[in-house]
Amino acid sequence: MKSKVIVLRTAGTNCDKETGYAFKTAGAQTVDLVHINRLFKKEVKLSDYNIMAIPGGFSFGDDISAGKVFANKLIYQLSGELKKFVDSGKLIIGICNGFQVLVKTGLLDIDNEQSQTLSFNDSAKFECRWVNLKISNFKSQISNQQTTNIWTKNLPEIIQLPVAHAEGKFITRDESITDELEENGRIMFQYCDEEGDLADYPYNPNGAQENIAGICDKTGRVLGMMPHPERYIMKYQHAAWTAKELDETGSGFHIFKNAVDYIKNNL
Amino acid sequence: MMENKTTVINISNVSDTQLEQISKKNLLSLNLQEMKAVQAYFIKIRRNPTDIELETIAQTWSEHCKHKTLTASVTYTEIDGKKKTVKNYDNLIKETVFKVTKDLNKKWCVSVFKDNAGVIEFNDKYGIAFKVETHNHPSALEPYGGAGTGIGGVIRDILGVGLGSKPVMNTDIFCFGPIDYPHKNISGNVLHPRRIMKGVVSGVRDYGNRMGIPTTNGAVLFDEGYVFNPLVYCGTAGIIPKNKAFKKVSPGEVVLAVGGRTGRDGIHGATFSSIELDKDTEVSAVQIGNPIVEKKILDTILQARDKNLYTAITDCGAGGFSSAVGELGSECGVRVYLEKAPLKYAGLKPWEIWLSEAQERMVLSVPKNKLKELIKLFESENVEATVLGEFTNTGRLECYYKGTKICDLSMEFMHEGVPKRHLDATWIYKSVKPKAVVKSAGKDYAQTLNNLLAMPNVCSKEWIIRQYDHEVQGQTVIKPLQGKNAGPGDACVIWPRISIEAEYPKTDIKDKYRGFAVSCGINPNFGKIDAYAMAAGAIDEAVRNLVATGAGLEKTALLDNFCWGSPNKNEQLAGLIRASQACYDIAKVYETPFISGKDSLYNEYIDEKGKSKSIPMTLLISAMAIMNDVRKAVTMDLKYSGNSIYVLGSTKQELGGSQYSVLNKTNDYTVPGLDPQKAKKLYIALNNAMNKSLVAACHDCSEGGLAVSCAEMCFAGGIGMEIALNKVPAETKSLTAAEKNIILLFSESNSRFVVEIKKGKEKEFEKALKGNIFARIGSVTFGKNLIVKGVENQVIIDEETDNLKDAWQSTLKGL
Repeated sequence: MKSKVIVLRTAGTNCDKETGYAFKTAGAQTVDLVHINRLFKKEVKLSDYNIMAIPGGFSFGDDISAGKVFANKLIYQLSGELKKFVDSGKLIIGICNGFQVLVKTGLLDIDNEQSQTLSFNDSAKFECRWVNLKISNFKSQISNQQTTNIWTKNLPEIIQLPVAHAEGKFITRDESITDELEENGRIMFQYCDEEGDLADYPYNPNGAQENIAGICDKTGRVLGMMPHPERYIMKYQHAAWTAKELDETGSGFHIFKNAVDYIKNNL
Repeated sequence: MMENKTTVINISNVSDTQLEQISKKNLLSLNLQEMKAVQAYFIKIRRNPTDIELETIAQTWSEHCKHKTLTASVTYTEIDGKKKTVKNYDNLIKETVFKVTKDLNKKWCVSVFKDNAGVIEFNDKYGIAFKVETHNHPSALEPYGGAGTGIGGVIRDILGVGLGSKPVMNTDIFCFGPIDYPHKNISGNVLHPRRIMKGVVSGVRDYGNRMGIPTTNGAVLFDEGYVFNPLVYCGTAGIIPKNKAFKKVSPGEVVLAVGGRTGRDGIHGATFSSIELDKDTEVSAVQIGNPIVEKKILDTILQARDKNLYTAITDCGAGGFSSAVGELGSECGVRVYLEKAPLKYAGLKPWEIWLSEAQERMVLSVPKNKLKELIKLFESENVEATVLGEFTNTGRLECYYKGTKICDLSMEFMHEGVPKRHLDATWIYKSVKPKAVVKSAGKDYAQTLNNLLAMPNVCSKEWIIRQYDHEVQGQTVIKPLQGKNAGPGDACVIWPRISIEAEYPKTDIKDKYRGFAVSCGINPNFGKIDAYAMAAGAIDEAVRNLVATGAGLEKTALLDNFCWGSPNKNEQLAGLIRASQACYDIAKVYETPFISGKDSLYNEYIDEKGKSKSIPMTLLISAMAIMNDVRKAVTMDLKYSGNSIYVLGSTKQELGGSQYSVLNKTNDYTVPGLDPQKAKKLYIALNNAMNKSLVAACHDCSEGGLAVSCAEMCFAGGIGMEIALNKVPAETKSLTAAEKNIILLFSESNSRFVVEIKKGKEKEFEKALKGNIFARIGSVTFGKNLIVKGVENQVIIDEETDNLKDAWQSTLKGL
């Protein structure tokens, strides 16, 4: 099927343009940046799309807790459609503030209670830096034992992306949740050092539990991540392009390309 | 006093003393000559002014809006020993800063000095708008709010240039008092420099980050002169279609206020900026910001612009509606009904509504047949838009409140009626005999280098830079922190490809890799010796930072931001004149026109002993260059062992104003000079070499001199370097070896670079640089140490780069 991407916008959304651009570059047929008011007023139908992206930013100023107001709006005004969207095999990606929104909608939960959240960085301040990320189920991808590799196909074991957030520390309700995420192959990205070993600050920029930078839901189709793949689509966006040889396309590009390909091949 | 009431103020039959009292009592900041001009106008029209009329005139004629000092006629006398020369200017700024632009007459200057920002050509379809503002007094009193609304204000300048421009980068330059300043010296409402710094940094962070604009360039300086009066410069650049670069109001169009509501915050901001701060100054003049409201305006304005739904736009900055509406209507006339303005709360007097500098408000001129569609668009994203009145053809500024006319002034009087000032200043040259440089310092060069790296004006600003999102929008291809260990970049490079392609997908992108670089130059220490040298040095620093990053001079534009003390003081005014003259002299040779600027004068304060003091004269030069190919950009981190190290430009005995002389308190007056012709030739040659991809790394020499530049390149790249000082081109006659070493290491002579040349490309590089002063002084080693051999060829520095890095990073770490 042709991929049709809806990038949600609201007051305080920042990264909609570059996220849309990333999907366009990755070959999506339609990319619309849509204000949520238009969905609520039914001027636009969610079901017309097959990929939904919630981009980064400070939705509603993040004045309560990051992403909370946006999440509530989705839950109370759109929950039926959202559930239908996921159940019909479509894809959702939430990046940075979008990840914060997703954890607060419950779409990434284990059970019927919010099982994880993104809290204030250990450094207690906003930080912008490039990080190394380990593709957590990389080995199992190769042996093809997991189905949760929709988003990370064709990526090397370690990639680099920038993070920029104040509330990105991934924490779970209790340890059993982390174990469950791990057992089900739902941990997608973990902060690591240059060699791929889990390491402390500044490698882990926010103090996230188990260095978790991104997770997916049980179907593997809903992805939430703190780092910004849309900021590394092209070589010249990388922090070290003047110092080392890099591919023309950035690691982030493949994440969007994988989504577009998945729709093409599976829907 | 009764609410919502307009009062008439008697000025027609009062004495001069009473006129001055009226000005003072109402915070009008008008001098006697100006008050008499106001008096004469009202005697002529046979009535007295209302409070709103007087306030409107005061705002329009404020130093902030009218630049009465820089546009004054000036008699300038220079005394050098027995020689005395006199120079007359009819209009200081027109004959210096503006004249560069006029004389150079560059075709690529699209809009200069007349709009909210300067605009230069980016390519055949787009322009780049650039503006830097200051928000000093508000930041002194309420650092978080003052600084946040500073960045918010300059972003609105970019939104309000032409028919609106999309912001793509921010730059912030801060000047604070020393963070270890003794608490006992501070009293009253004055905040400690550390608290001001934290407030300012987080204020700019929370506003800038929420706006989704990357902060990619900046500087932070510390000096005791900023304890009571910090400086906060905020700048924004935006991309604008060239056919949207101009506005035109027509009579009959509607005055539409868009965005935030009006409250009592920020009243008298424009006039307040010209008042001396003391320990009891009130904070009610500071505005209250809300970035999300402004973000919603940004989102909707650009949609409206591209649908051609309005014909003019400007932001409400200093003076609020009075300035914004007054400016838009200045050519034709305008009538507004103040009771229509949406208020945050009831109880504002009409003049307060008119003057309030409440944030996040824009004023648009809208053709009647577009109004419905435009308001619908704003409503669709929850942005408030209200009709305030209409533009007329009467040539008058008319305000009504609930049916009563409370303001009726001729536009001509408002905009042309301010009396022209005449000013006199005298400058006496100080003796510039160089001091014996070594005596006070000792010969431990390595320790001196470590100390210099840790100095507040040199040390790492990573603590601040990381709190600002410099990656949002995905277009920052050269970042503020460079190399493995976050070294200090000279300039940033923005590649606005996504902004163009995402918004205009049909654009033909034949110049796909085109981008622009932004840098700054600022050094108040030079200004303590000679403001001319400071201005020349600031222009050179800003331009050489661009060149170091790979930009050429062909399409480079400058912004000037003067932050000065009171021009009523001879020394301050003389410095202002000298700095303005330097702006002309240097920019003319570099062929870098000024496209916009701003002055903030009267940065005065009453110190702890009750003495009136001026801040150090501080000229910020911001520079922007169009780069045809961002892939040619160069960073400052060392790249490969075995590459060659060159130094370009000549090192002179110029320790005056240097970090070395600050560290050692040498009171040396030999401030760096500048030969712009020589420098320009070098910059063109270096740019050619970079375009041929011969240069692996490049860093300019500024605070701390050659030694600091080399150290920064080493630790940024995580590799060592070995250099020999006896190879460095220098003008150091009749000095001892120790003195020579000090000068070669730490002198801050202008127009110099350290460059790393790819192995095997040395010959080609030397050919490209032929005719300039340069020398190969060493190479990138396979070790991890910075090794420097002195003029007598003995090793005088052998330091692990990690230790140098630690010294550099220690000062502001963990704040």
